[in-house]
Amino acid sequence: MSAPVVIFAVGNPSRGDDAIGPECCARLEAWLDQEGLADQFELIEDFQLQIEHALDLQGRQLALFIDAGANTPGPFTFERIAPASGAACTTHELPPEAVLQVYVQTEGEPPPPAFVLCIRGEGFELGEPLSGAASQHLELAFGLLTGLCQQAALVVWEEKSGPTKG
Amino acid sequence: MTYQLETAAHPETLRRVAIDPVSRVEGHGKVTLLLDDQNRVHQVRLHIVEFRGFEKFIQGRPYWEVPVMVQRLCGICPVSHHLAASKALDVIVGAKKLTATAEKMRRLMHYGQMLQSHALHFFHLCSPDLLFGFDSDVTKRNIVGVAMAHPETAKRGVLLRKFGQEVIRVTAGKRVHGTGAVPGGVNKALTIAERDELLKDIYHIVQWSREAVHLIQKVHTQDPGLYNSFGIFRSNFMSLVGNNGDLDFYHGTLRARDDNGKLIFDHVDYQQYDQYIEEEVRSWSYMKFPFFKSLGKENGWYKVGPLARVQNCNQISTPFAEHERKEFVDYAGGSPMHAPLAYHWTRMIEMLHAAEVIKELLHDDDLLGSDLMVQGERQMDGVGVIEAPRGTLFHHYRVDENDLVTMANLIVSTTNNNQAMNEAIRNVARRYLHGHEVTEGLLNHIEVAIRAFDPCLSCATHALGKMPLEVELVDVEGKIVHSLSRS
Repeated sequence: MSAPVVIFAVGNPSRGDDAIGPECCARLEAWLDQEGLADQFELIEDFQLQIEHALDLQGRQLALFIDAGANTPGPFTFERIAPASGAACTTHELPPEAVLQVYVQTEGEPPPPAFVLCIRGEGFELGEPLSGAASQHLELAFGLLTGLCQQAALVVWEEKSGPTKG
Repeated sequence: MTYQLETAAHPETLRRVAIDPVSRVEGHGKVTLLLDDQNRVHQVRLHIVEFRGFEKFIQGRPYWEVPVMVQRLCGICPVSHHLAASKALDVIVGAKKLTATAEKMRRLMHYGQMLQSHALHFFHLCSPDLLFGFDSDVTKRNIVGVAMAHPETAKRGVLLRKFGQEVIRVTAGKRVHGTGAVPGGVNKALTIAERDELLKDIYHIVQWSREAVHLIQKVHTQDPGLYNSFGIFRSNFMSLVGNNGDLDFYHGTLRARDDNGKLIFDHVDYQQYDQYIEEEVRSWSYMKFPFFKSLGKENGWYKVGPLARVQNCNQISTPFAEHERKEFVDYAGGSPMHAPLAYHWTRMIEMLHAAEVIKELLHDDDLLGSDLMVQGERQMDGVGVIEAPRGTLFHHYRVDENDLVTMANLIVSTTNNNQAMNEAIRNVARRYLHGHEVTEGLLNHIEVAIRAFDPCLSCATHALGKMPLEVELVDVEGKIVHSLSRS
């Protein structure tokens, strides 16, 4: 039986602020255990989004993609997304919208409601640690994230979503 | 084998066209074309514009961290780096022969990686070009377009990749940052539950892989005028082969052939790779250009990967894949096939072989064993080589008495194919662009040639500022009057 909510955290922990996704995932895992909410969420951490992640959307009530952003609004954005095919031409940067579209085409039905939490990063060099700015952005985003997990319902998430937060 | 079109005589007078980034390859590449007023091609180069500097990143770290660290170099083939590093460190810890459980767990992990990588490349990256045509509508020429037009094909691509990822998960512990292989062995065996879960699907996986071979075989043979000549160039080729000359992705010795299929060297112990292979640096690319020392840099470059491996081996150990190999060899008429688009056909033969090997391994009780590690006399230097999805992958480490890595040299598969990819796109440019108006569809022809090699540019490059550049001012008598170098 799948958990009702799937959360994807994307990024390479060794590439500076690309570690935002994995860092967020580790903190969230600990927090969910502490709050007794772990069985409501499945956390999937990966370097990149790939086509098979569409299969992880099966049977979910909600989906959330957490990723670092380069040159995106700070400290973070939280938005609902829809399936889209236009950007799905590389695997290197398969965007969440394309994962939803692969789900539509392979499953023949609409995907679960899906959202993106994009936390702004500043530097993405190999071997660099998380930057100070990214840590602050992550701290602010984590506050929103815990609120989302306490009330994992579409109507609540839609209320909290918008182009820019913080 | 020439370097025609690498450098134009008077580049300042020419028009520059860039494809940046090259799409549907891993990482970021850039192709530049220099054309004159009549669109005649004078220079074509594949540049690498992303650089990772990971050899430096590894230095100073304890050697036992390396198999886990190197997975972070690349999101596409972390398992290949994990296993190549582990094999090099087996030498460092004196593990001359792994236990049966350890070697078979590693093989299972590796063949899972091969299956998922080949499935992703064929169905997700290349099938849009092959099914819709190189000039087709760019908005449909992607996996979503394939899913709409051929839903069953697209779904199988997703499920094949998913299965390969599951094999990796149960053997490495996790889908990413796995810790399954350690210097001298592995840290886990398979459980009965894990094995039985994989066994449920493996028969479908083998069947779908057979059908994938037949699909690309049909596409290829229906248009031989295109598939047998597109981007073609002749070259040497190289791969690992097993003890009996079998196709072997995990372990063996190095074999190289020339463009006619004649052996250049055979059964070379890869610990001595640097006696046979040298890496050349060129001023216009961050990626090195390896070549066989015995033939020199102008004639010694080669290609690696599925097209090289399937033609370099004597046979394939699994029945369905061996049948398909013979079909391919017969089609080629007994001489080596050099057409870049034949990479796709051979890649699917390899995917089928990987599926068959996984099926065999899942029926082998050694995977459930408890004897996981061996050690021996400590060494200071070790080389690990593996056949990664894109070709031969070298990891070479030197370790000091404090167990810290002091030197790392990695020749990744895409670096081995560097000159070959450049030759392929120069051929395409000469044939399709020379004197024609440059359109998106024609530029995609160049990308199609690059994608056939399945390059992974993310991990193929060396650090900016660390390239050994050298400038010399030489007088009329050939005497150096001033020099400037950085290394």
